[in-house]
Amino acid sequence: MPTERIALSSVAVTVTRMVLVATVLAFTFPAITSGQEETEPSGAMRRLTEAQYRNAIGDIFGKDIEFAGRMDPLVRPAHGLEVAGVSQISVSAAGLEQYARMAQAIAAQVVDEQHRATFVACRPQVVDSTDDKCAAEFFRRIGLLLFRRPVSEADTRALVATSREGTDLSKSFYTGLALALETMLVSPRFLFDIDVTELNPLKAGARRLDAYSKAARLSFFLWNTTPDQELLEAAASGDLHTDQGLDTQVDRLMAAPRVEHGVRAFFSDMLGFERIGDLAKDSVIYPQFSRAAKADMSEQTLRTIINLLLVEDGDYRDLLTTRQTFMTRALGVVYGLPVSDGGHWIPYDIPEESDRAGILTQMSFLASYSHTGRSSPTLRGKAIRELLLCQPVPDPPPNVNFSLVEDTTSTDRPTARDRLTPHRTRRACASCHRVMDPLGLSLENFDGVGSYRNEENGVPIDTSGELDGVQFDGPVTLGQAVREHPALPGCFIKRISEYAMRRSLTQEDDGWVEFLTVRFANSAYRLRALLKVIATSDDFYKPFLSSRNAIAEVQQ
Amino acid sequence: MTVKFSRRMVLRGLFQGATVAVALPYLDCFLNNNGTALAAGAPLPVRFGTWFWGLGVTPSRWHPTKVGQDYDLLPELTPIASHKEKVSIFSGFDCLTDGKPNFPHATAGPTFRTGIAPSAGGALHGPSFDSIIASEIGDNTRFRSLDISAIGDRTNTLSGQGVGQMNPTETSAVALYQRIFGEGFTDPNSATFTPDPMTMARTSALSVVKDQRLALEKSLGTADRARLDQYFTSLRQVESQLALQLQKPEPLESCKVPAGPEDKKVAHDLDEVVQNHEVMARLLAMALACNQTKVFNMSFNNGSSTLTRKGSSVTHHQLTHDESIDPKLGYQPESTKFVEDIMKAWGTFVSVLDGMPEGDGTLLDHLLVVAHSETEFAKDHNINNLPIMLAGRAGGRVHTGLNVVGKGAPVSTVALTAMQVMGVPMDSFGTGSMQTNKTVSEIVV
Repeated sequence: MPTERIALSSVAVTVTRMVLVATVLAFTFPAITSGQEETEPSGAMRRLTEAQYRNAIGDIFGKDIEFAGRMDPLVRPAHGLEVAGVSQISVSAAGLEQYARMAQAIAAQVVDEQHRATFVACRPQVVDSTDDKCAAEFFRRIGLLLFRRPVSEADTRALVATSREGTDLSKSFYTGLALALETMLVSPRFLFDIDVTELNPLKAGARRLDAYSKAARLSFFLWNTTPDQELLEAAASGDLHTDQGLDTQVDRLMAAPRVEHGVRAFFSDMLGFERIGDLAKDSVIYPQFSRAAKADMSEQTLRTIINLLLVEDGDYRDLLTTRQTFMTRALGVVYGLPVSDGGHWIPYDIPEESDRAGILTQMSFLASYSHTGRSSPTLRGKAIRELLLCQPVPDPPPNVNFSLVEDTTSTDRPTARDRLTPHRTRRACASCHRVMDPLGLSLENFDGVGSYRNEENGVPIDTSGELDGVQFDGPVTLGQAVREHPALPGCFIKRISEYAMRRSLTQEDDGWVEFLTVRFANSAYRLRALLKVIATSDDFYKPFLSSRNAIAEVQQ
Repeated sequence: MTVKFSRRMVLRGLFQGATVAVALPYLDCFLNNNGTALAAGAPLPVRFGTWFWGLGVTPSRWHPTKVGQDYDLLPELTPIASHKEKVSIFSGFDCLTDGKPNFPHATAGPTFRTGIAPSAGGALHGPSFDSIIASEIGDNTRFRSLDISAIGDRTNTLSGQGVGQMNPTETSAVALYQRIFGEGFTDPNSATFTPDPMTMARTSALSVVKDQRLALEKSLGTADRARLDQYFTSLRQVESQLALQLQKPEPLESCKVPAGPEDKKVAHDLDEVVQNHEVMARLLAMALACNQTKVFNMSFNNGSSTLTRKGSSVTHHQLTHDESIDPKLGYQPESTKFVEDIMKAWGTFVSVLDGMPEGDGTLLDHLLVVAHSETEFAKDHNINNLPIMLAGRAGGRVHTGLNVVGKGAPVSTVALTAMQVMGVPMDSFGTGSMQTNKTVSEIVV
């Protein structure tokens, strides 16, 4: 039977290839086992965030590579940053299916006629057959960028073997390349940032991150993306392990405009901007809340932050009081300002006599911490406590009668302050509400989307308030009070440390947090100086010990 | 000399040629090789799914008063009237947290699904029982499970493997359609079968990634290692998904590839969510009929329901807090309307599944669906007496049409029952007060 014979001969070839591939391609981590024997296994892995994945693909293959897919959602730890979820998460089957689809789309574009010349430096001798040398060159170059460390010779051979199989089947050299590239794009070495440690030659018995892991940690922190060629070269040469070499790279990364990516990702996470995507407002009550305004609100705050902290190198605390911001026409409608230039952002200085100053008086805060049809002094007060001061407020006890608060048209209780009186007078409520409501009530000049008002139901709004003994009246002085609150800088340090480490902090981080808090104050609360201190501090590169990992698990 | 055929051998042979379109009889060896009976007349598979809704019920308007068969339908349950004999109602099953806090809207869901009360809101500290069932029965279909949220909230899921893992959900009907019937779908009723040579190549290429496991594990502590294990479990599933695409599927009478749905933006508006849910329910039913998956998780709204009704100033969730109980009616009039609308959607869901003929009955007859919420009465955040329903005959493995009263038994009892009905070899589920080895004897045949 002729069919049988064909099948037999070909399967022999396949089996040989498979065995070869399976045996040699371990995508091994040479650094883990190199040098001396492993005494204590150590390491940690963080899944790339959606932004990091997109940035990495864009940086390595170009922004015009198109792909779409969903990643497993991150679970925000209680009172923590969403990004800390990357140290808890793995990849579900459905999630991996999506990665595989994205890999297919990306790989196909990388080798298509439009792009292949850019990424495949060599030309195969014949396009419909294999060219192992050319393929190997491609995998070495791309592998270094995707895996953030060199691809070993054994790995390269295995990738070449895989691409050869693809080329045999498809009669196209480039399709073969794409097939092997797909496996790299779904590899845990790409999808996760996995620490590799080595013995520390400067400290007997101790371990440190190897230079490539160090490069990855630095790059994800400052640029929110995978290390670039130059940083990888600094890792390869060993420069990154010297103080001066590290300094040079940190300065280079911080001087680049891309440092904005990291700062934006951090503040979006800290301020909980992911909730804006799901924000809905009643269009009958708030016709001014357009889709465009919703799209612009977080951008306005991020621009304010970038301008103050990175461009002007200003004091972090001034975010609470700054009158420098940016506007679009859609935002202008909500803010009650005529903005003529429809499509563009314009710098905007809020007049001194205005009740608006600082990010707490911007839409991204006011509208996020409101209900669909009314403002919420409680939600706003709670958010100030939790986001800026790291003072979590417990959830309300079950079975609370909210009916008095609900009726926004009541003549007996025309303003939110009237309606919230039970919060402050009933003992069960007061213990928590007295730390939230007085903050939020001073923002009552702004309705559920952030438009200005000075009365509610015809009655003037009383915006007096109090924060831990400091009295104030109105949004501007509230901002000043928060600015001066002793917990503000320390909370910021906790947040940024968590962001830098991409995990929840533990007690062992206390010393580092304290050190950074002192340095932050010494630099007059400059973000740039702080980023530099973090990026050059030993503790930032400390390996995450597996023993601690195991203990955390038991305690849970 | 006898030659043992393998799929791989034959495919390999075929792929030596150019494009191949293979006539059916030629590929008979594929079917036999699979091992599972694909011959005509084999019993239809029994599938499993969950249907979740947020913010519970109005207790006095939902729980039937008559125990056992022929239970009475109170106002909020009337939408299931025409399918009552295939739906059982569960009352009196509790979420016991052993002193852990009741995170509003984020405790009962994880507790029911994993048998472990969470120490952080929404966290799964173990695999959800639906995913345990999927591991048991989901291997030889394209999708281990389909996870869907009708409301536009991608994080709206209670399904996952534990270790911090939640399944991503499909919130767009178009994306769901693409996933099921787009690339990679083989119409089981097509006369010819054209396996894609690259699918074969992909399968073997993935085995290459698998070999990284040992090297990577070595560097990790126990917790990280568990996460890596999860990755490789997922990889195996993707592999078997690819392998399935190389087989000629058995013809399935009820499988008819539907037209693609209209692309509509869906966020939180009740009407939009209701429509989206129905479109997705129909796609899901067809995915089951076409044997693309055996397990699904459908969420209608989310736990802290962000549903909005046009012209109302607050979300469904806010309403359950804010609205007074009308002294004359004895309930919250606006909140109960949301419950009624959600139960209507549940009625639609059951109706879609029961409306699809399959074998000697309907799709619902070969299915077990566990529907539940994350609270009983939302205003109180009560997590005892959790509203739970079972729909479908599970191929005759369960009695249906009953009102079952649990008398304070942990909800894990229901989860364990569902797992055992679905053939999971497990005799105990849950930890602490949630630990149980009992099942709901009334419904098990």
